[in-house]
Amino acid sequence: MTKVFNSVVCTICGCLCDDLEVTVENNEIVKMKNGCAVCEAKMVHGYKSEERILKPHVRKDGKLVPVTMDEAIHKAAQILTDAKYPLLFGWTSSASETQHVGVELAEELGSALDNCCSVCHGPSVMATQEIGIPTATLGQIRHRADLIVYWACNPWSSHPRHVERYTAFTDGRFEKSEFKDYVQKLKAKSGQKKVAAAIRRTRVRYQPPPRPQTALVEAPPQTLAKDGRRMVVFDVMKTMTAEVADYFVQVEPNRDYEIFGALRCLVNDQELDVDTVGGVPVDYLKEIADVMVNAEFGAIFFGLGLTQSVGRFRNVELAIALTRDLNRKTKFVVSPMRGHFNVTGANTVFAWQTGYPFALDFSQGYPQYNPGEFTAIDLLRRGDNDATLVISADPGAHFPKGAMQNMVKHPLITINPDWNAISRLGDVVFPTQWCGIEQGGTAYRMDSVAITLKKVVEAPKGVPSDEEIVKRILEEVKVIKANKAEKEDTGKQVLQETAAPKKRGSKTLKKEL
Amino acid sequence: MVEQKLRVTLITGRTIEQGVGKEMGKGSPEYFDSAAVCFLDPVDIKRLGLKSGANVKVTSPYGSVIVKAKRYTRGTMSGMVFMPCGLWANSVCGSNTDSIGMPTFRGFTVEVEPAPDMPVLTLDELLKQEFGK
Amino acid sequence: MTEVLIKNGFVFDPLNNIDGQKMDIAIKDGKIVKKVSNERNAKVIDASGLTVMAGGVDIHSHIAGSEVNLGRLIRPDDHVKDVVKKTALTRGGTGYSIPSTYVTGYRYSKMGYTTVMNPSMAAMKARHAHEELNDVPMIDKASFTLLGDWWFALENIAKGDLEECARHIAWMIRATRSYAIKVVNPGGLESWGFGRNVHSIDDEVPNFCITPRDIITGMAKVNTMLNMPHTVHLHTNNLGVPGNYKTTIDTMNALESVYTGDKPIGHITHIQFSSFAGDNWAHFKSGAEEIAKYLNAHNHLTVDIGQVTFADTTTMTADGPFEFALYELGGHNKWVNSDVETESSGGIIPFHFKRKNAVNAIQWSIGLELSLLIKDPWKWFMTTDHPNGGPFFHYPRVFAWLYSSKAREATLKNCNKKAQKKSLLPSIDREYTLYELAIITRAGTAKALGLKNKGHLGIGADADVSIYNINPETTDIAKSYKPVRKAFGNAAYTIKDGEIVVKDAEIVATPSGRTMWLDVQTKEPCRIDDKIKSKFKDYWTIEFDNYPVTDHYLKVPEKIAIKASV
Repeated sequence: MTKVFNSVVCTICGCLCDDLEVTVENNEIVKMKNGCAVCEAKMVHGYKSEERILKPHVRKDGKLVPVTMDEAIHKAAQILTDAKYPLLFGWTSSASETQHVGVELAEELGSALDNCCSVCHGPSVMATQEIGIPTATLGQIRHRADLIVYWACNPWSSHPRHVERYTAFTDGRFEKSEFKDYVQKLKAKSGQKKVAAAIRRTRVRYQPPPRPQTALVEAPPQTLAKDGRRMVVFDVMKTMTAEVADYFVQVEPNRDYEIFGALRCLVNDQELDVDTVGGVPVDYLKEIADVMVNAEFGAIFFGLGLTQSVGRFRNVELAIALTRDLNRKTKFVVSPMRGHFNVTGANTVFAWQTGYPFALDFSQGYPQYNPGEFTAIDLLRRGDNDATLVISADPGAHFPKGAMQNMVKHPLITINPDWNAISRLGDVVFPTQWCGIEQGGTAYRMDSVAITLKKVVEAPKGVPSDEEIVKRILEEVKVIKANKAEKEDTGKQVLQETAAPKKRGSKTLKKEL
Repeated sequence: MVEQKLRVTLITGRTIEQGVGKEMGKGSPEYFDSAAVCFLDPVDIKRLGLKSGANVKVTSPYGSVIVKAKRYTRGTMSGMVFMPCGLWANSVCGSNTDSIGMPTFRGFTVEVEPAPDMPVLTLDELLKQEFGK
Repeated sequence: MTEVLIKNGFVFDPLNNIDGQKMDIAIKDGKIVKKVSNERNAKVIDASGLTVMAGGVDIHSHIAGSEVNLGRLIRPDDHVKDVVKKTALTRGGTGYSIPSTYVTGYRYSKMGYTTVMNPSMAAMKARHAHEELNDVPMIDKASFTLLGDWWFALENIAKGDLEECARHIAWMIRATRSYAIKVVNPGGLESWGFGRNVHSIDDEVPNFCITPRDIITGMAKVNTMLNMPHTVHLHTNNLGVPGNYKTTIDTMNALESVYTGDKPIGHITHIQFSSFAGDNWAHFKSGAEEIAKYLNAHNHLTVDIGQVTFADTTTMTADGPFEFALYELGGHNKWVNSDVETESSGGIIPFHFKRKNAVNAIQWSIGLELSLLIKDPWKWFMTTDHPNGGPFFHYPRVFAWLYSSKAREATLKNCNKKAQKKSLLPSIDREYTLYELAIITRAGTAKALGLKNKGHLGIGADADVSIYNINPETTDIAKSYKPVRKAFGNAAYTIKDGEIVVKDAEIVATPSGRTMWLDVQTKEPCRIDDKIKSKFKDYWTIEFDNYPVTDHYLKVPEKIAIKASV
């Protein structure tokens, strides 16, 4: 039985490409069209790999053993209620419906609540809270942008279809695709290679053209001044994205802040008294500033290179400030390249329920926000929390070792579809459905456009959705708490009853006296 | 002149191979091949007297890890090494966040040295070694 | 369902011409009925000495959606000063100017409001708005879709094919589960795509060969063709620019040209921001007199005010170019712009309206001047354009300024001296009665929105009732304005669909509330052929199949079917 699904949404990165064509045979995806390599890896191979968790497991005597769902739920709820200060972390590969229940669970527990945003674009969110952000949906950029700047990101690897769907290689109403140019460039390149090979064959020693000695950066090419779409890449190393760009600027590591500052000066018609900034000659920066100011509509996309390098949210702040300055001269927008497919959703859902996007704490009965205090890494580094629930994320592979070592000291509950690093470390391990393959739901694209995920195959028997698991844990927590309160009440009553005769006794004593 | 050790700046990040690998499964050979590596500039590889594919030890103030060295041919990045995100890279990343939640993931100094006799640990071996589980 | 009997209250029900008569209101199965079947089984509320009104109906308040939430996200500084603890019944959250969703519902209910219109929803982000609205408990709600700069509409208007335009809009209203057509700075948002704006209703919209006038009149005609319950909900061009009252009058004149004479053709929203006179900020003054004069002489419009309440608030609007202009005025650290492809734009700036600032104080005065100078209360409605002029829970303050000249004086006294001199308020002695207040907060708004079962307490109406601790017999509301103001902010009872949800200003039940939407049925359905589909693909970055909002996104949907005349 073959069934073809159209307009299926990819659940890899923040691009949320929704044009996949998925062929399903006997409840198994056999073919996928339009998606990128990473999408293919997940949708056609990865989701049905042998690494799949099919049953709940609980660690007994150091070994994970399969248990019933009821037992796992009870165990998890028990761990969470017993803990003084649990941390609920992850959420970014879950649908927003699950995130929604997650906030309620955190509130009920009075726990800390954080999502993967804190280790990817948390600083971007903080920068936005500092100075706002001029941004746009991706289609606006597709239709209008004639200058695309990728800063400290490599969409070719992390968001493989970003360039082809939303920016330089796509046709918009007012701007045409640059794809042809790119093909020509490729041809020219392979031509060069052929020439080089021919030269080698004739045993003439090939001499590369001389490069400027002052910096690693190549001089801006003529193509920057052309009409139509241009693409500029700033990065510390030459990536694949940089190769397809019209111009690549190699920045020294941790020097983005300075370059933004220099560009802001140049855009605002200031003079710089130095020759190079962050490894880039000021003359080149001047040229880029010129291109920026003369663009009809420019878009800056920035990645983790800014948020994880020295300066962190201050780097992003300057990227936004540069964009603001440019808006006085032309139209410019800036946007973070959000990673997990629903990390934007986590920020969005948390924000509408509590006012805050991540780094939350409910220990006071109301939501509190403080990155650096309630962010997962900081809680772990200080050893503040005494139990952790990780859902749809893999800090096992993506947190620094030190933080993880503290996490595994305390009970760990995991909710993930497969045996990733964190599931392997868990004490209570839940199986769950693949969001966007075996269950539907809602996800928010990097520009916070909500898109409905599709269910294309049935999940293995007995594997529930993560929403259901979190809901059941929440119910169980409520039950345990109610029982506890009851016990305390009866305990108090017993105390009072035992205390009462004493009182009476003292009264009678008084009387007697 | 072959050097014993290189002091370089570590950058971690995504590669499409690592992306594919992680989606194939964290225990998959694709993941191991794409994540337990360290990209060096050909010049630096030469300075260490290495061949592409040899084992190197990457050490930072926060820890050390053995990975395979690979030549980065796309452009120059002398004085810098690149490791794809993952368990191996995180063995040398720090938990210090400068009080804003973001750990030290890139842009810090590490030492790279040849480690011909030491094996690259698999995911399970590394988890066992670091976390005992 | 239990029955409820509200006994002996002073009832103010303008739609049924009831002005403070002492009477009983009976409720059964969520509706107002003639009498309860058996008084013994009914829950009896003794309302003697209390004021009884229909539940409040807010015609314009930004409570949910992408824009609102981005505003929330960028203002932790705003939340930290107003935190709400979780209770056994209610969820926790934060305020202040943009409260989190649950807190929004609770606070509205505490004021006796039961229906709120969310007036600005980008079509592409409708799913988000509905997800968020599901988390706003206690109140019924509906959203207006931003359609004034939608490429499909602009192209059809340019072609002169209004019927096709109407069919597309009908499709869009259904696809976004929306209740009305919202037009914001027509033409200006499209121009803003390239960083420009339009400055009069006859400027040309770049790349589309039409003018804002064409859009305004076209949309008004389309609205009539579709038999929409509400009129076109219009945010004028040049909003927030000194001297813009002239543009506003041009706009109102343009709408008159398509007026057919039976019911209003347009609603101009937060008109306070469009009633500025003076050539620049230094010579800023009120244009309220001119606007009020116009409205008193014409019947084709309704308006709401967008009253400034002097608060540290957050301005947010789909009018991206306006927010940029505001940012350029200086003194603002945070500026958000958020364009939406093919449809709209948006902007956010935190803003502190200060008494001592001349412009802010004059704006406060303009809002009240308009409110007091427009003679017919059925023509204007009370809003603060939450959160733009001030958060919605400041409504009681605004009521006080309306029903008590003493309250106005008290505030004006503390205002900027220059503003005091320019203000017309000392010359106006009008004071609103409770009956008139009921018009501008529920009866009139419900009527303008075409909500037949809301805003009144007649037989068959939704049993949304608010009871305030105000005794009109013994209290002179104008004199003792403070306790009355307090009473308006702390309802003695709020009843939602026949269920008591607030008692003595405490939440006692948290129902979900419905989301109303229009199923506009055109005679000939919108043709969705391959050509249109490929156009969709060209215009948006979402596939056609994934665009419409499904019922899954409405927790408690209330579909209202409308027969269009095209």
